[in-house]
Order: sequence, then structure tokens, then C-alpha cells
Amino acid sequence: MNQTLQSLAPVQDRGGPAQPLLVVRDLKKRFAVRGGLLERPRKFVHAVDGVSFSVPKGKTVGIVGESGCGKSTTARLIARLLAADHGSMIFDGEGVEEYGGIRLKEFRRNLQMVFQDSFASLNPRLTIAETIAYGPRVHGLPKAEADRLARDLLARVGLEPEQFGSRYPHELSGGQRQRVNIARALAFNPRLVILDEAVAALDKSVQAQVLNLLQELKTERQLSYLFISHDLHVVHYISDYVMVMYLGQVVETGPVERIYGHAAHPYTRALLSAVPSMDPDKRTQASPLTGDPPNPINPPGGCRFRDRCAHAHPVCEARQPALICIAGEPAHQAACHLNDPRSGHPAAVQEMQP
Amino acid sequence: MSASLELTLSPAAPIMTTAPSRSYWLVVWRQLRRDPMALASALILLIIIGAAVFAPWLAPADPYKASMLKRLLPLGSPGFLFGTDELGRDMLSRLMHGGRLSLLMGVVPVLAAFGIGTAVGLLAGYVGGKVNMIIMRVLDVFYAFPSVLLAVAISGALGPGMSNSLLALTLVFVPQVVRVAESVTTQVRQLDYIEAARMSGAGAFSIIRVHVLGNVLGPVFVYASGLLSVSMILASGLSFLGLGVKPPEPEWGLMLNTLRSAIYVNPWIAALPGALIFITSIAFNLLADSVRSAMDIRR
Repeated sequence: MNQTLQSLAPVQDRGGPAQPLLVVRDLKKRFAVRGGLLERPRKFVHAVDGVSFSVPKGKTVGIVGESGCGKSTTARLIARLLAADHGSMIFDGEGVEEYGGIRLKEFRRNLQMVFQDSFASLNPRLTIAETIAYGPRVHGLPKAEADRLARDLLARVGLEPEQFGSRYPHELSGGQRQRVNIARALAFNPRLVILDEAVAALDKSVQAQVLNLLQELKTERQLSYLFISHDLHVVHYISDYVMVMYLGQVVETGPVERIYGHAAHPYTRALLSAVPSMDPDKRTQASPLTGDPPNPINPPGGCRFRDRCAHAHPVCEARQPALICIAGEPAHQAACHLNDPRSGHPAAVQEMQP
Repeated sequence: MSASLELTLSPAAPIMTTAPSRSYWLVVWRQLRRDPMALASALILLIIIGAAVFAPWLAPADPYKASMLKRLLPLGSPGFLFGTDELGRDMLSRLMHGGRLSLLMGVVPVLAAFGIGTAVGLLAGYVGGKVNMIIMRVLDVFYAFPSVLLAVAISGALGPGMSNSLLALTLVFVPQVVRVAESVTTQVRQLDYIEAARMSGAGAFSIIRVHVLGNVLGPVFVYASGLLSVSMILASGLSFLGLGVKPPEPEWGLMLNTLRSAIYVNPWIAALPGALIFITSIAFNLLADSVRSAMDIRR
């Protein structure tokens, strides 16, 4: 593939392979709930409350959680579509929008996003080719080259440029539109692509095609993905690392096989057992999780999951569990007193004898 | 590589087999051409506008030439197809000349309000927050008055005359256009393609020009075209009340006023200017409706 021939210059790797592509530290965002005559903020929804994680180069990090747990807000904070209240980001060793760091326009070129609603994310008044060519033109590529790049990319995502380039979004199917959205993201030659429920609205067969396309593109262009989804099967298939969120916080994070095989947090276990098994004998009748998540306007103190947790104990109310490593698995972390021998929880794991 | 490409292509390809689509406005035009209501109203408007524009060459008589002997001749009198008015002037010529001013006063305020209102509405909708609140609350003050009352009040305050009534009508329509433009912009601004454009690193001006304007202009245009008839009726109303065009200038609203006294003598003559106002505004409205439905082909 001569993909970079007429496109924007590829971004140079700066930090080397060991440097994570993106490091997010203590990201926080609260939304004011306005009320009253003068619309003064009365209450705050803590949508994202201290999220930290990193995306290694060339890997896919999946973010899972119930709706309203802050997955999409996290994505928008990282993309700087929303301004964070607190927290910092380091992109390949450089602080984002910090003194001496990477500038916002350059950062956004390195990072692109594919949205869930394939129709709303395409301008209905631009043709497919115009939509894809818009970004490179913003970054100074001449019109003719941007058009050629758009057609190359359309071909790459499996849409015949002659046939589709001059079409409008409403003339395409959902899967075709999502391919266009992927092509638009690729036009920047990004290094990190945030896929915010990007395949959730597609039916299963189209979903599989798009996922395979994403996998091909990842190896072909050394991309890293931040894959946000509520579909645990899809996350299992595509991710290298998984991060589980609950009520704006990370409850568990680790390599995909650890999370799916040896989940350490009761919420993760409940989430996984809610997925219907492919084996009818293993299916359970009992609902693993009852009730709704607490109101994020006034999150309960201590562990936020304790109201719905089968292992809740007074210590869970007294102290909020920190995200700590699981014994013997440095990459696997969970925020639960059960995994901390010194937490005081009676059912906690015992300290390993050296 | 190429094998997987074929694999991903095959289910997508057969869905679309028709020729590549044309521009959006061409599709709208084709849709309009197939709509009999649109064609009929366009034809009526074309005749009325044509008669008004070419009145100096087409009109059979001088619209100002009065004759005491030929007052209020009925329809179809020899030499006076539509009869004569209360001063013996040829009605047909006066109606044709009157259309010039009436149509001008229908179109100019709407065009001006369309331009100003779209700009202000875009600003309020795209910037949002406090700017939006201040702009919209100020316009709400105008919006609180019925448009007829507001037009009469502004026109009365500025004094009679054509340019003053044009200004008054523009001021009446600006808040309405702003409101539509602002609400559409606010909706569009929240859509993902605006976020995608922001992700591209484009500046606000480029985003508004490429992504917002094209999607806001359509609905605002449709709304403004519906205002044409309102503007014409209001302008005629102002003239009728003596706040617009001054006699002996021919203008439909003013003619309606001066012929008022003749309604018991020759009601058909007195009704003619009103009928023209009615027909023209209905035609404008029907055409606007057709354009609205023709433009709604996106989904």
C-alpha cells in the first residue's frame, strides 16, 4: 500500500516502544445541574471522577461499563471535545497543551474519533469524498491531493471510489457510513483512534466486517485503539487490555484474558455473568445484578458499588478502595477491599507468605 | 490484503447500482418540477411579477391620469378592462403599477431579515451560553408584541413613508428569523459531525462555513419564504392605515383604502386589490410549502 504517498506526513515516533502512546492521569469532569431562577448550578454530576490509565503503542484498550458510567465522557475528555476539570494527559512522552508539550491542533491530528451514530457524524450536505477530504485540507493539503487521498482511503475501507465518492450520507447503509467515518479518521494519519461504540449500531454480520477491517488497519498502520463498548463479546475479541468503569471510576483494569478469565472485582464478575453464554448448560436463570447504579449526583461514600454488591461489609462504607495490583499480576489492578489483605474486610485474600 | 478487500467489498457492492447522485439542489429542483401545486403557484407568481416589473411597457393607460367623467366604471367597460377607480383612473394599469411597490415591500424586508437574522441566529446558536441568552432575551422583547402591532408602532414612530415601513417590517421579521436560525444551529451544533470537524483541528469560522451554514440555511430559507406573504399583507396594511406609501402612488393596500368608499357603488372594483393581495400571498405560501417538502429528502 502506498498509503502515505499523497497524504499528510506520518507522525514520528518520539518516545520509543516502551513509552505508552497515551497516559491519562486523574481525569475529572463534573457537570452542573442548573436550576432555579438564575440558573445557578445547584448540584453536580460527577461523570468522570479520577480516571487514570495508559494506552500502550500498537495495542487496543477496551473500556466497558453500563450506560451512564462515564465511558463516552472519558472519550470526549481525551479528545478535548470537553474541557476536563482536572487531570493531565501525556501523548508519546509530551504533555498535551502544556508548556513545551504538544499543541492541540497537532494532538488532534494524532488522535481521531469514530462515533456511534454513523449518520449524525456525517455532514448531510457534503459528499462522502468531500467529508473525508475536509480534514487534510484543514491541515494544508491542496484540494486535488486531498481528493485523491479521499478516494484512496475509500478504496481502502472497501467502498468503490467511483461509485461512492460523490454520494451523500443518506444514500449509504449504516455499515457503509461507518466505513466512511473510519476513512475520515484515517485521512489524518493518526496514531490513536477512539472508537466510541463505533460498531454498536451495526447488525452482527456488518459488525464483524467492520471489526475485521479495524484489525487489518491496526497492523497495517501501527494504530492504537481506545475501544469503548458495552458489548462484552466485541471487547473480548478486539482488545488487548480492558478497563471496567463504574459510576465514573475505574474498578478494574488488566490484560483481556485476565479480566475475562480471572475477574477480581465483584462488579466485573457480575457484568461478565450477565452475558448469555454460548453454552446452554452454563446459562443461569438468576439475574446477577439487581437495581440501578446509584445517582451520580450524590454518589455514596466508600465503595460506590457496595449497594449492589453481594460481599458488602461495613468496611466498604467506611473507606473507598484504591486501585491496587492483584498479587502476582502487576498489570492487573482492581479497586476492591476483597483483594487487599490489609483492608479489614473479613473475606479479603490472605497476605502471601514470602 | 487484496483477498480480504474483496471479502469486505462483496456484501456492500450490490446495494447501490444507480448512477452517482447529483447535487442537492438539482434533486430539489426535480422534485419541484413534479409537483403540480408548485408549478401552478409558480406560474401565477410569474404572471403577477412579470406584469408588475414590465408595467411601464405593458400597462394600457397612465395610472395617474384621472377623469371625473369616467369614475367607477364597471368591469369590462370599453377601454377599461378592469374598470376605473374613484378618480377615474384605469384600474388595470394601477394594479400592474401597484404590484411593483407591493411586491417590493413584500420581498425586501424578508430578504433583509433573512440576512441579518441568519447571521445573528448563527452567532447565538454556535457560541451558546451567555451570548445566546442575552441575544435571545433581547429579541424576546420584540417577539412579545403581535407583529401587526409592532409594525404599526415602529412605522408610526418613524413616520409615514416607504423606507420607514420597509425598516419597520424588517425589524418585525428579524427576531422571528433569528429564533428559527438559532434553534436549528443549536441542534446542528450538537451533532457528531460538528465534533468530528472540531477533531480535525479546523477553526470556528471554517466549521461554521462548511458544516453549520449549509445545514441551517435550508430550514431558515423555508421559514423566510413563508414570511413573504405576511410581509406583503403587513405592508398593505401599513399603507391602508396611511403609514406606508402616500397617494397618489399606486399600491395595493393603499388602493384598498381609497376604494373603501366605493364598496356600495361598485363592490367588484373595490375588491380587486384585495383579491390580488390574497392570490399573491396564497401563491407565495403554497410555493414555500412545496419547496419545504422538496427539500426534505435527506432521510
